[in-house]
Amino acid sequence: MRVTQGCFSFLPDLTDEQISRQVQYCLDNGWAVSFEYTDDPHPRNTYWEMWGHPMFDIRDAKAVMGELEQCRLMHGDCYIRLCAFDSTHTWESLRISFIVQRPANEPGFMLTRQETGGRNIRYETRAYVAEKPEGTRY
Amino acid sequence: MPDSVPPDTLIDLRAEFAGAGLEPYLNGLDQDLVGLKPVKSRIREIAALLLIERVRQRLGYSTEAPTLHMSFTGNPGTGKTTVALRMAGILKALGFVRQGQLISVTRDDLVGQYIGHTAPKTKEILKKAIGGVLFIDEAYYLYRPDNERDYGQEAIEILLQVMENQREDLVVILAGYADRMEDFFTLNPGFRSRIAHHIDFPDYEDAELLQISETMLTRQNYRFSPAAREAMRDYIQHRRQQPYFSNARSIRNALDRARLRQAGRLMAIDGPVAPEALMLIEPPDILASRVFGKTSEPQTKDA
Repeated sequence: MRVTQGCFSFLPDLTDEQISRQVQYCLDNGWAVSFEYTDDPHPRNTYWEMWGHPMFDIRDAKAVMGELEQCRLMHGDCYIRLCAFDSTHTWESLRISFIVQRPANEPGFMLTRQETGGRNIRYETRAYVAEKPEGTRY
Repeated sequence: MPDSVPPDTLIDLRAEFAGAGLEPYLNGLDQDLVGLKPVKSRIREIAALLLIERVRQRLGYSTEAPTLHMSFTGNPGTGKTTVALRMAGILKALGFVRQGQLISVTRDDLVGQYIGHTAPKTKEILKKAIGGVLFIDEAYYLYRPDNERDYGQEAIEILLQVMENQREDLVVILAGYADRMEDFFTLNPGFRSRIAHHIDFPDYEDAELLQISETMLTRQNYRFSPAAREAMRDYIQHRRQQPYFSNARSIRNALDRARLRQAGRLMAIDGPVAPEALMLIEPPDILASRVFGKTSEPQTKDA
């Protein structure tokens, strides 16, 4: 099951050329681009591991794409997302974030139901891969 | 000849030149910078070469990215950084760099303090410079022949690799004194072979320095009185004989001190002063300088 998080996630995966164009757009707006990766695809897992620091003072997308290449080499079997941080006063938060790499095989999520008092039902989603320990999931 | 070009195609180079938007950069170079004739003509030559190269690329005659790395040699204060900044603009206008920013660094920005510190530091700078121009001032300090464990060598290796493999991503300009750059190139032949254009910056003539000083003053809404202008002419002649003379930079410092003395002189006047007096540099403001006469005094950098 395809994980859909962030921008563009209902489109086919972006090519490197398309990612590069998006990065240049972010840089032209003065946003700091950074990469984050994880192997826990649960939608409530918001804190992904940072790949280095957010890259400030960069003007050209090529430099950022080089970082992505490095990140893919190290974490080829993880989800990697790109985040662009706008440091403008009153924004001071992410302006855009999208997945730039996903594992080849995404087993998806199990939905479990738990019957509680008064025949109420609690739902839980659990990623199939989360059964395995961290680092061996994909 | 590639098949795509019809045999009777004519190329209007004038139109190409106008279309590239180079004119403001080259005219700006001529107008804003005093003297530097050989530099200006070299830059026009390079601009023409790059323009032709661009047309050739479009027609499919040349496929490789040209080597654009340069070395600027000359004494301090001869305008190397200023010209590098304009060079970045020219390269951007011609599309040989994508963004056109100038990142100016020295040894401290590239070379680390301990083992394993240099490579990330150099790569960080290179990332900032991608898409623009990396200007390395006093490049010879990167290489210390007397210390074989110096980390500068590591920075040099990374630079050389990037200069070769990422020619279309960034342009490196090395700058420094002529004689020391020559030694540096002799000891690091890798650099010499990767640099396409060597530009030598001559020292300014006395008359040119006087013109520069007047331009600097006009920019700050000051001007010389006629007598002060003559005093400045004398000052330049004297200053040139002193140690640590650094062309336009010395002139800028001298003018800063002249403004200081002018302020002191005006404050000493009892009663009101005319508004023009606030703009006028008078001979005493210049003649009070240490370069006149008192050679027995110990010389400092700010003579």
